[in-house]
Amino acid sequence: MTELQVPSAAKSQPGRIARFLDSDLWWSFKSSKSAVGAAITLGLVIAAALLAPVLSPQNPYDLASLELWNAELPPIWMEGGQMPFLLGTDVQGRDILSGILYGTRISIFIGLASVVVSLAIGIVAGLMAGFYGGWVDNVLMRVGDVLLSIPIILVAILVSSVAQALLPPELREAGISIVLVLAIAMYSWVQYARVVRAQTMVERRKEYVQASRLVGTPARRLMLKHILPNTLTPVFVTATLNFGLAILIEATLSFLGVGMPPDQPSLGTLIRVGNQYLFSGSWWIVLFPSIQLCILVVSVNMLGDWLRDALNPKLR
Amino acid sequence: MLAFLIKRLANAIFVMLSVSFIAFMIFRFVGDPVELMLNEQATQVQRDELRTRLGLDQSFIIQFGTFVSNASKGDFGISFRNQQDVLAMIAERFPATFELVIVATLISLIVGIPMGVITAIRRQTWYAETMQFTSIIGVSLPSFVVGIGLILIFSVWLGWFPAFGRGDTVNIGWWSTGLLTHSGRMSIILPALSLSLFQITLVMRLVRAEMLEVLRSDFIKFARARGVPARIIHFRHALRNCLMPVVTMTAMQIGGLIAFALVTETVFQWPGMGLLFIQAVTFVDVPIMAAYLCIVALIFVVLNTLVDISYAIIDPRLRGAEK
Repeated sequence: MTELQVPSAAKSQPGRIARFLDSDLWWSFKSSKSAVGAAITLGLVIAAALLAPVLSPQNPYDLASLELWNAELPPIWMEGGQMPFLLGTDVQGRDILSGILYGTRISIFIGLASVVVSLAIGIVAGLMAGFYGGWVDNVLMRVGDVLLSIPIILVAILVSSVAQALLPPELREAGISIVLVLAIAMYSWVQYARVVRAQTMVERRKEYVQASRLVGTPARRLMLKHILPNTLTPVFVTATLNFGLAILIEATLSFLGVGMPPDQPSLGTLIRVGNQYLFSGSWWIVLFPSIQLCILVVSVNMLGDWLRDALNPKLR
Repeated sequence: MLAFLIKRLANAIFVMLSVSFIAFMIFRFVGDPVELMLNEQATQVQRDELRTRLGLDQSFIIQFGTFVSNASKGDFGISFRNQQDVLAMIAERFPATFELVIVATLISLIVGIPMGVITAIRRQTWYAETMQFTSIIGVSLPSFVVGIGLILIFSVWLGWFPAFGRGDTVNIGWWSTGLLTHSGRMSIILPALSLSLFQITLVMRLVRAEMLEVLRSDFIKFARARGVPARIIHFRHALRNCLMPVVTMTAMQIGGLIAFALVTETVFQWPGMGLLFIQAVTFVDVPIMAAYLCIVALIFVVLNTLVDISYAIIDPRLRGAEK
């Protein structure tokens, strides 16, 4: 349905891109140095992660390509560094740069997936709670209160460690990332639900909703088509900030050993593995994945910070 | 006020019941304790006997009730791994975690409050803007990466501080403290610093926001007009009005810090409760996992409830808002 509408809309008005370039949001983006810097950095990081198979000199998952005599090579600018291992190698002769590029992919994938899952749960819960009120509201918000009154990291550790212990071995490979996504989403849906609920309670009383109700629009359509679009701005800001948080939690879980396993390493796993060689002098194994993780999270958070200020009507 | 108190307490009890339900479910999920405790050759009679002795033939709700009543008496059972009383094991590790959290909190106040004041009163200067900018980075940096970075710089490269462990400890009654020995004090610096980094930025941002608010108020304008020196206005009059939210936030964060300390403890191999928990997770030692969850949640919930109640005592407007 939307596909049919787009061409006609594009003919009658200036194109979407042109309208976007004319908007306040784009203007505030252009004038914020840190936002532009963060966006460019994040773009580069994501592009490099997506192009990992093309860019990286080695496939870190292909055990046949590893040569033990390449183990623990320092970065290229130090004595003993060798091409093509720009950032050095780990104890198994795995190229650090390739590991980072592939690891960033996994980190970004889990971060995105958990944001999507928690958005879906949070929006549905928030709409229902705000629209129906009463016991639906009470139950949903109570569950949310309880989740928020336990430290998140504990819940995530418990869920993922117990779930991993229960997974049958043949499902483990695919299962772990799903478990991680659910463990992170289980906590963060509450924030979306609260934001959507508050907005829904305001919108519900407005005339357009009342009118639409009078003509007999079903509740589901009313919630999704009429109320939801009006709640999305704050949700979008929360989602950006939560994306950074989700990457952080995944990295922390992997670092603690209850996240991604060493044969599918995310950035956190790489740091966990590298941490064991901190005292043997091979500092590059742990340092470069750490730097990449920081760059990723800092740029996402700076974008989120800017977005929050830019979309806040009080600050305009 | 009484209604508010009862509501808050009921809320706290509800949260604790939910937490113990989660802890109880972990036991049920991880497998049949009878299979774990008996060997392959055990007869059906022996199995049934053990099942009855452990109360596993009772209904689900009765089992949960037993778990809650035992837990509230501090009886979390015996560790699967080394057959010791779980509560004693956690109590032995508690002082290490508590000292770490307290030192980290002190650092965050000592560093965060002046930074917040400076960024508020010297808003346009380069150093205030730099602090503001670094605070965004400070919030984003993963705490374990900060810890590894500190170890790499100050232990591996410079060799100033020890990289792991707690140093020598002194026992005062059952409490073991590392703060009275030189090596203990040197050992706590890096972990406390890495745990406090996030806290510093929080305190700084809160103090800054509060200061900006207070500095706009009439009594500050009046003091300025009267010619009171800027130092006294900022530090005696304005700052004093900002401290209340800082104190309550700090109190509420302590529970979170105790939980989050497990990451720092893993990085620095700090022998606290968090490290015990992480080791228990690796061996699926369920009694320790369940007990740790309940104890940390209890600390968390008690602190939050106390802060909420004290807020209501100090600020009567909140009592009305709750209803």
